[in-house]
Amino acid sequence: MSSSSKSRKPSGLFRNMSAKIASVPMVLTALVVFVGGTAWTVLYSFTSSKLLPKLNFVGLDQYERLWSTRRWIISIENLAVYGFFSMIFTLVIGFTLAAMLDRKIRGESIFRTIFLYPFALSFVVTGLAWQWILNPDLGIQNVVRQMGWESFTFNPLNDPDIVIYGILIAGLWQGTGLIMVIMLAGLRGIDEDIWKAARVDGIGTVKTYIRVIIPMMRPVFVTALVLIASGIIKIYDLVVAQTNGGPGIASEVPAKYVINYMFRAQNLAQGFAASTMMLLSVVIILIPWAYLEFGGKKRG
Amino acid sequence: MVDAVTPRGPKPRRRFSRANVMLYGTLIVVAAYYALPLYVMIVTSLKGMPEIRLGNIFSPPVEITYQPWVKAWAEACTGINCEGLSRGFWNSVQILIPSVILSIAIASVNGYALANWKFKGSEVFFTILIVGAFIPYQVMLYPLVIILRELGLYGNVWGLVLVHTVFGMPILTLLFRNYFTSVPEELFKAARVDGAGFWGIYFRIMLPMSLPIFVVAIILQVTGIWNDFLFGVIYTKPADYPMTVQLNNIVNSVQGIKEYNVNMAATLLTGLVPLIIYFASGKLFVRGIAAGAVKG
Repeated sequence: MSSSSKSRKPSGLFRNMSAKIASVPMVLTALVVFVGGTAWTVLYSFTSSKLLPKLNFVGLDQYERLWSTRRWIISIENLAVYGFFSMIFTLVIGFTLAAMLDRKIRGESIFRTIFLYPFALSFVVTGLAWQWILNPDLGIQNVVRQMGWESFTFNPLNDPDIVIYGILIAGLWQGTGLIMVIMLAGLRGIDEDIWKAARVDGIGTVKTYIRVIIPMMRPVFVTALVLIASGIIKIYDLVVAQTNGGPGIASEVPAKYVINYMFRAQNLAQGFAASTMMLLSVVIILIPWAYLEFGGKKRG
Repeated sequence: MVDAVTPRGPKPRRRFSRANVMLYGTLIVVAAYYALPLYVMIVTSLKGMPEIRLGNIFSPPVEITYQPWVKAWAEACTGINCEGLSRGFWNSVQILIPSVILSIAIASVNGYALANWKFKGSEVFFTILIVGAFIPYQVMLYPLVIILRELGLYGNVWGLVLVHTVFGMPILTLLFRNYFTSVPEELFKAARVDGAGFWGIYFRIMLPMSLPIFVVAIILQVTGIWNDFLFGVIYTKPADYPMTVQLNNIVNSVQGIKEYNVNMAATLLTGLVPLIIYFASGKLFVRGIAAGAVKG
């Protein structure tokens, strides 16, 4: 009897052998790919590797080159603009839709199904669909002009100044449904009595949401933010499908820069340096979040 | 007469109050906006090219033609290759089936070991796995190229299967670990007393009990892997490109006259698999993405 209860907390190397053998894929993935792969890329970003990885260190040369390349600067600017607006609009639209669906309406599941279906589609499909809708000669611009407004201009995909907003429209269409579902789950977790109390106190609906409900949903908002942020940094296939970085290099993004230098331009170390910068930006976002989530819990 | 003092439940509302009309009006307009791209894709794919050039993208087809669908499936060209999207479809199927099976098999056993057979260091590896889910893929792309090349799998379908298994592991392991943790411990202890081992308990007790979570995992993996573009384009050769990559090559190819109806038919064909899963699975799809949302 005592051996069966002990077997849950084994100490010897050969105890629990099957579980250890079964965990080999997980251990290999964690150590070799995630830790090893990341360390390898960071290490080789300090070299001058071109076609093949070579360990001839050149210090921070690759990073200096990276930050003096116009294409990278444009990529970072695009990511900043896309990221900023995507974050705000996704949160606002996601929460507003969830709040509207939470008002005990009829046909809730139909609306939810419609708002969420774009999320099932790939970024390639999303990008191509919006490329067609935003087509200047046959798309929305053309339809409005046919209706009589001859000078109407809405051609984001061919205008370097606003092309990133054209991509933003498609990205929001695809991703807001997910945040809506998460917000809706958060709203459902809020006690009915809050609403009764607010009604007794004579506080209006909108005011109750802003003053009471949203502060109560802080953890849900944090989860949503992390989710949106990690999606933003990954943005790649949407751009490839919708504009392929064009017109010119006006809609380039960091992920595309990395792939380009590693697999097309055969300048490996430059790609490694760019991907290390991407990693750095994730770390900068992730550490405050991890601190808030886990550091806070321990103290409370 | 408690009811007379404290009203319970929502305040009764008139069906056509101003607030209600506003609420439903907004929802219907927004829903129309979300539905519009799918509608435009469908009507465009059913029109002939002359009608597209003259007309309006929102108008329904005057003369319905299925020719664009046939062409997209069997004749559309990427470069000099004119076999249509069908090749990409079958490539995707060949990638999908082993990837889904392998990734779920490995992750469920991982989750089971983490929940019921903790060993020294198991939590450390799990933490690395979850943190790893946030590392941008770009950082690990090239090391994986080297690993696959060493294994002799670079540029073939099995290499891509391995990549999908590796990158699907964090979220799936989390999903299974959380599920198996919720299984009553008495059941596990009883099986141990009866002499069942690691695999015996997994196959005879855990597996039959956890079918719903397997369905969630399958939905998550099928849509995720089907929609993948990045790994497909990097780890396979053009002959093995998955459907998404081939679709992009067909639509964005610079040669020839643009046939928007064929392009939209091809786009819809590629989106069909995840759409069918989405509409058929309903709540389970939501459960899958909600599980994905609470990582960490």
